[in-house]
Amino acid sequence: MMDSLLRRIRPEQFREVILALVTLGVLLFFASQIPDYFNGRSVNRLTMGMAIPLTVAVGQVLVVLTRNIDLSVSSIVGLAAYATGTLLARNNDLNPFLAILFAIALGLILGALNGLLVAYGNVPSIIATLGTLALYRVALVEFSGAKTVTTSELPAWLDDVPGANVFSAGAYDLRVMFAAALVVVILGQLVLRYLPFGRRLYAIGSNPDAARFAGLPVRRDVLLAFTLCGGLSGLAGFMFLVRFGNITVTAAQGLELQVVAAVVVGGVSILGGSGSMIGALLGVLLIEVLQTSLLRWQGMSEFVKDAILGLLILIAVTADAVILGRLREMWVRVRRRDQEAARAAAGEGAIGG
Amino acid sequence: MGRLLKRLRSWEGLLLVILLVVLAYNILRVPNFLTITNQINLFQLGIEKAIVVLVMAFIIINGEIDLSVASMMGLAAAIVAVLYQNGTPMPLAILAALAVGAAFGLMNGYFVAKLGITSLAVTLAGYIGFRGLARMLVEDNSVGDFPEWFNRLGQQGLIGPVTLSILIYIVLAIVAALVLNRTGFGRTTYVVGNSAKVARFSGVSVERNKMILFTLSGFIAALAGVLYAARLGAVRSSTAEGFELDIITVVLLGGVSIFGGVGTMLGVLLSTYLVLNLRNGLVIAGVTGNTQTGIIGLLLILSVLLPNMAAAARSRLKRRSESAAATRAPTGAGSGAGTATG
Repeated sequence: MMDSLLRRIRPEQFREVILALVTLGVLLFFASQIPDYFNGRSVNRLTMGMAIPLTVAVGQVLVVLTRNIDLSVSSIVGLAAYATGTLLARNNDLNPFLAILFAIALGLILGALNGLLVAYGNVPSIIATLGTLALYRVALVEFSGAKTVTTSELPAWLDDVPGANVFSAGAYDLRVMFAAALVVVILGQLVLRYLPFGRRLYAIGSNPDAARFAGLPVRRDVLLAFTLCGGLSGLAGFMFLVRFGNITVTAAQGLELQVVAAVVVGGVSILGGSGSMIGALLGVLLIEVLQTSLLRWQGMSEFVKDAILGLLILIAVTADAVILGRLREMWVRVRRRDQEAARAAAGEGAIGG
Repeated sequence: MGRLLKRLRSWEGLLLVILLVVLAYNILRVPNFLTITNQINLFQLGIEKAIVVLVMAFIIINGEIDLSVASMMGLAAAIVAVLYQNGTPMPLAILAALAVGAAFGLMNGYFVAKLGITSLAVTLAGYIGFRGLARMLVEDNSVGDFPEWFNRLGQQGLIGPVTLSILIYIVLAIVAALVLNRTGFGRTTYVVGNSAKVARFSGVSVERNKMILFTLSGFIAALAGVLYAARLGAVRSSTAEGFELDIITVVLLGGVSIFGGVGTMLGVLLSTYLVLNLRNGLVIAGVTGNTQTGIIGLLLILSVLLPNMAAAARSRLKRRSESAAATRAPTGAGSGAGTATG
């Protein structure tokens, strides 16, 4: 039974199936505890809450796949939100697309800086981005002079974006921001699956030395992964501005943890080389469900959130290392047996002919 | 090996030069900067981090990292505060906090050493989770009203002007230096950090070494958290937040390699004193706390980037002079290489 199952799917794909089942279980549990759990307003709030972490998570997956990590994303989101907010406050009739481009461009630059440090400066990513996490935040504090961007300074069209729908079915809306995040996820998944760049990310993360010896442009690809991660964080910064309007110097602080947690819970291996955007999507969903539902669950304080998040990460990485390690061994064994059988069959055929 | 030692010596030499510059600035700007009271105040401001730095040095030399120390400090402070508030005698509350620290440290060690999960992932979970537990305990309150003797221990001199925290630091620093340089455990730490695989094949108990270090790390972080609570006199859920940045920076700035196997206690102690002085100098120069953190972040990056660039430049130079020597006199290549490395 196990053998035939292993012939059909790779161990890594189990992760997404298991995670989807866990998320479903959690949803059903809360639905049984909280009256009217799936009402339109709550679901819409859930999807709105997912938009920003999801966009950043896609970038983070690109980086984590290469056996790196980007902790500076929250500071990039905050800086992009604040800078774009200031820009729009000063030029109220600026073209919305230029504002979005500005946010993305700023993110790309900051991400490229991370990438240069890691890929060409040989600074371990955890050190480099722990440093830039602080540096980019300080840049924001210095740049802002401790002033706040307020909704009243911003152009009026910004107010309409959060509530704008692509379409709605009854009380359930597909908000523009969530739709945009979904598009990012799908594009990201396509890149990973079909573009040479995406395939190389897996190769680099599985074995950086082997990738280098095989002649893959490891440095360039790592730089690109960090740059894209920065760009997506910039886009998320624009979303942050749209959603909250009031931007202080502490904007998006702590988001990096939520995103890294989602990516790790989503089955993207922190050691690189395995994972998918779909996994990250499920990770963001699970964490967001937990966060919003714990608040609504009677007798549960909002302060448990981070403790549960920490526990989730520990479970996810342990499951990854222990269970998947076993599964992978079994998978390799089954594959090898099949190959040997095939080779034996081919050998007999050759003798027979 | 000789070259490695030379590199280390020059790194510590560089630290000493920077330290002297910063010291000179502080001495010029602050009258009586070098008096004992001033120096004690200087240490007192960062003493909890300095204590954790000692054990973090071992962890990083061992080739691992512990991101959860600051959250552990916060959790220990929260445990002491909440237990005392609910009527537990203070000494018992302190013991409980220390026990929790050791237990969670042991847990980290178990996941890293026995299950073979990277310490980055394990302690990231602790970084979030321990802080979460602290938040559950303290919520968004500020818990204080400690007994008078507890605050006095944290804030006032025990022997003359020397506080309990500083005494603990001095003792721990001496012990750490001796253990790292003079004991089998210290040597094992280096060997494991150089290559866990080689260590395992040569019969060194890698797992035991890592378990002990992570348990110690949790315990010492908890101790530092309790001392911090005593010094502050009140605990919030955000107590000691972000301290891991400072702590890891000081260790790396001290010449400990993030890849493990390299580093000395002397370098770490020098960089501790340097960062304390730097913070002090920045305060004098009117730089805000937030910007100070940014400067520490920049230092963190530079302390890894600069040695890397120096090493790259050196190997490029060596390769060039070697090839030059080879083309000049193919038979004399050996002496050419000799001058290049010298």
